[in-house]
Amino acid sequence: MTAIVVYIDQLDAPGKLSTTVGQLLTLARGAGEPVAVVAGPASAALLAELGAYGVARVLHSEQAELGEYLVAPKADLVAQAAAAVSASAVLVDNSPAGKEIAARAGVALNAGVITDAVAVTYDGGTLVAHKSVLAGSYTVQARATSAVAVISVKAHSVEASLAAEAVIPAVEAVEVAFAPASLAARVTKRTPRAASGRPELEDARIIVAGGRGLDGDFTPVEELADVLGAAVGASRAATDAGWISHASQVGQTGKKVSPQLYISVGISGAIQQKAGMQTSKLIVAVNKDAESPIFEIADFGIVGDLFKILPQAVEEIKKRRA
Amino acid sequence: MENSALNIVVLVKYVPDAQFDRHLTGDAHTIDRSESILSELDEYALEAALALTDARGGAKAGNVVTALTLGPASAAAAVKKSLQIGATQGLHVTDDALAGSDASATSLALAAAIKTLGPVDLVITGMASTDGETSLIPAQLAARLGLAQLTFASELEVEGGTVTARRDGDDYSEEIEASLPALVSVTDQANEPRYPNFKGIIAAKKKKVTTVSLADLGLAASAVGAEGSLTTVSAAAERPARTAGTIITDSGDAGIQLVDFLAAQKLI
Ligand SMILES: Cc1cc2nc3c(=O)[nH]c(=O)nc-3n(C[C@H](O)[C@H](O)[C@H](O)COP(=O)(O)OP(=O)(O)OC[C@H]3O[C@@H](n4cnc5c(N)ncnc54)[C@H](O)[C@@H]3O)c2cc1C
Repeated sequence: MTAIVVYIDQLDAPGKLSTTVGQLLTLARGAGEPVAVVAGPASAALLAELGAYGVARVLHSEQAELGEYLVAPKADLVAQAAAAVSASAVLVDNSPAGKEIAARAGVALNAGVITDAVAVTYDGGTLVAHKSVLAGSYTVQARATSAVAVISVKAHSVEASLAAEAVIPAVEAVEVAFAPASLAARVTKRTPRAASGRPELEDARIIVAGGRGLDGDFTPVEELADVLGAAVGASRAATDAGWISHASQVGQTGKKVSPQLYISVGISGAIQQKAGMQTSKLIVAVNKDAESPIFEIADFGIVGDLFKILPQAVEEIKKRRA
Repeated sequence: MENSALNIVVLVKYVPDAQFDRHLTGDAHTIDRSESILSELDEYALEAALALTDARGGAKAGNVVTALTLGPASAAAAVKKSLQIGATQGLHVTDDALAGSDASATSLALAAAIKTLGPVDLVITGMASTDGETSLIPAQLAARLGLAQLTFASELEVEGGTVTARRDGDDYSEEIEASLPALVSVTDQANEPRYPNFKGIIAAKKKKVTTVSLADLGLAASAVGAEGSLTTVSAAAERPARTAGTIITDSGDAGIQLVDFLAAQKLI
């Protein structure tokens, strides 16, 4: 069976497998023999989890350069490990770093690179990546024509599932030969960002997003999000104003999300905002201006004052649950 | 040699205007490029270059900002707009054989074009194109040119021969440092792009634009285009446009109606 490499970053939170990686391992197991390529320690806890996903082979490196320089050393690791196991495909997560690892590994392996896959299927020996393009106006199927395919995959491409039988992975330490230019952009400082305690935008089933209409106070949006167990998103107007972290921005230059439900509050619906949310299953809009473009794409729209409507909805949900 | 003049290349892409409906056409499902403009995310790259060269005395002091595009004849409009905004010269890679190039073939041709410009201090790009949106080109170019890669920069500084950038991720904000030469991609947080003014529009008419073909770059037609690409789009389907659903006007109980809607959809 052909080897499918899944890249796993263990530098930041060693011992813990992210939910997206579980999905990538599930995809890899469906298409071939999953091989985990790990940057960082291959701890006992990690190996047990990988074994449960049916990973029989783990290649890892703990070389300090992997964390000391931006992205490039990790791409060297992925490319050299993929070549060592004669992988037919490499799967990475679709974060900015994931896409860049894919980009550089693609150059090193002379492999076709496909980003932003929402699903990966298997068709007569080749992987087919499904993605949406042009702000969600088209869905396309793309495949690599090279011997190796490199695909960056978005969250929820598949439901993660464990192998029928757990295996005990064989672990090999690899010594990456870093290209000189890979050790050129040094990370001199790393400041952790405060966690909100709410679901991540990409993981959330429901998102409540606020815009300039919030006028500096995100409390109504946060209270609705919390009774719904939702993530909080924002327009660029709101993040630029500093009312909420830039990491919460949805849109062309923020996160691209497709939750079950997106509740847009005090957001006009500019083209760049729509680019990040119009593939949501259901869209609800609350805006006091009936002419706002957001209403053109809303399944349920309310023309009115968010400061009245949101608190009333929060009270009603609490009442019905009591 | 503190803060001497810089030789900067800025990548500028000619992309379909997102304000209109955008379409895929033909058997290879490529993007229809009528109604195109300079990608708005590349305006941040150009601004970053101009801010650096303005601070070093501009073109008079020997600073060079080359606006580089790859695309059909019409893509010259992206170079022209960049010259009007303030770039000092243009380079346009155009060749029929380039049509249908994927990121790999595009980065190959762009790398060859940049090499014709002699020793470059910085290559600056936007964070993504607004059509393909893959963000692959900056990283692939850095890899092909052997340059330090400082991507998704929301802040950028050059002091002497050192470039520093801030990169804001979900979990971390990172400070990155490298010696020149380097490749930088900037986000829309990096600056506030300037508009072309009347003086710039007049001055642009006298600026030099060099047009090069694949042969000029020493590349074979088979290395690019559909033939040289390593990916293919096998199927494409237009998604039905979203349509407006029920719109109500609040008359005092809209919050309750919202909850009714969520309950009917089984979301609470
Ligand atoms: C290169 C570039 C990239 C961009 N990327 C993004 C991006 O990724 N994401 C993004 O969102 N934007 C992005 N933008 C910005 C985008 O163009 C808009 O400016 C922005 O989305 C507007 O934010 P907004 O809807 O919150 O503000 P506005 O357009 O000002 O809308 C505010 C809305 O709130 C409503 N409102 C006000 N008060 C109330 C109230 N009490 N109750 C109910 N409604 C109320 C108003 O009717 C109005 O419709 C980008 C722009 C550029 C140039």
